[in-house]
Amino acid sequence: MAVRQGRYTLNLPTRPSIIGNAAVVGKTEGEGPLKAEFDHIYTDDTLGEISFEKAESTLQREAVIRALDKAGKTPAEVDFILAGDLLNQCIGTSFGLRELNIPFLGMYGACSTMSLSLGLASVLVDTKAAGVAVASTSSHFCSAERQFRQPLEYGGQRPPTAQRTATAAGASVVGATTPDKPCVEAVTFGRIVDLGVKDANNMGAAMAPAAAQTIADFFNDTGSTPQDYDLILTGDLGLVGTKLLKELLQKDHGVDLGDRHADCGLLLYDLKAQDVHAGGSGCGCAGSVFNSYILRRVTAGELKRVVLVATGALMSQTSSLQGESIPSIAHAVLVSAPQNAL
Amino acid sequence: MATTGKEYDSMTKKASPPSKKAKDLFCAFAIGGLICTLGQVFTWLYTRAGFSEDGVKAATPVTLIALTAVLTGIGVFDKIAKVAGAGTVVPITGFANSIVSPAMEFQAEGRVLGTGAKLFSIAGPVIAYGTFAAVIYGLIAYIFKLY
Repeated sequence: MAVRQGRYTLNLPTRPSIIGNAAVVGKTEGEGPLKAEFDHIYTDDTLGEISFEKAESTLQREAVIRALDKAGKTPAEVDFILAGDLLNQCIGTSFGLRELNIPFLGMYGACSTMSLSLGLASVLVDTKAAGVAVASTSSHFCSAERQFRQPLEYGGQRPPTAQRTATAAGASVVGATTPDKPCVEAVTFGRIVDLGVKDANNMGAAMAPAAAQTIADFFNDTGSTPQDYDLILTGDLGLVGTKLLKELLQKDHGVDLGDRHADCGLLLYDLKAQDVHAGGSGCGCAGSVFNSYILRRVTAGELKRVVLVATGALMSQTSSLQGESIPSIAHAVLVSAPQNAL
Repeated sequence: MATTGKEYDSMTKKASPPSKKAKDLFCAFAIGGLICTLGQVFTWLYTRAGFSEDGVKAATPVTLIALTAVLTGIGVFDKIAKVAGAGTVVPITGFANSIVSPAMEFQAEGRVLGTGAKLFSIAGPVIAYGTFAAVIYGLIAYIFKLY
């Protein structure tokens, strides 16, 4: 039964396991440095659908089906699916998952959705409210562009601080603790932070304070330091946000991340060769990197303890047009290597 | 002590790389200049072909618009514009692209509320304020008897 540790962290004593996981990505992501890690790479970003929204739905459903398959579970055996995406009313998720017939809990945490849904799914399994729960999320470059920015063929320039929304989906299947599967030890659900950044082309800067606060809360609550972990993995801070996160943690909390930090937005693409400016973003960025490259290394025991801190910018097009700043959020999930690999 | 919004603003400015202004300015100048030269070439060709002065004034922009529409349609224009910046936005090519790109993009929402309604989503403000500016200019010209 989940036990509160410190002010903000939940310790999960039954150590729920991630018994299956999958990541599927689009063409550009499939040309990046992690191309060998994904379960499937779509070479056509429409995925054969008539709209990009449908393409995103298919992307997420595919990640869920593949993750369930790897976990050896059928949709009928799943008690909850916790999922969300970036599109208005989360239609990428609801349309993608409607035929699975699983009790559905819609999540909105913008790009933090992977750690939000995985954290909550783990709590549900730990408390025995669920035997099996799935956490999934997706984003699609084209559906995000048309909702948040300009039409795809519009000719414009983006500043160097802008990030590319990943065409990617990731899913984790959480079940009772299993000796040869990675497990979730603790979860820290973050608080909304807003330091006044208004530039929607600089999301990394908007989200870094939320990441810093959640990471500091997690270290405070657990009485640990970055040296106690192999990796503190943020979701999509990109180049600018990563720099600011390190500065903020040092300045406000006296925490030095040193070489223990990595960012999914910087891992997903080759920043020099691929035209992605400050890195990747979108729910699927953390979703796909975590559910492929990272979990594979955790399962093999190469990474023993990883804190996934996916970050989300909680603004909308309306709030941006009205000149509001960008409230942000970050949730932390501590994942550790299988007992057999330790 | 916790970082304040003001402190964070200056930290953000320091951490954010600026646009490459010299390169952007040069590309905008060179590609924008090329487009204008191309317009001049069309003007010359249409004049040679025996068009009247009014005919040339209509045919040249129409040609540039058609060319932009085709380049937008085959997915080339945005790649040029990424490098050119204001070089493609300021000439009539930018205007053409801003109408063709949403027309293409919103086909999935239907002919009326998709393509039709979104057609002017980017160019609309330019048309509205352009017309407004023309009215103001007309009034000034009328009051001060400039013509």
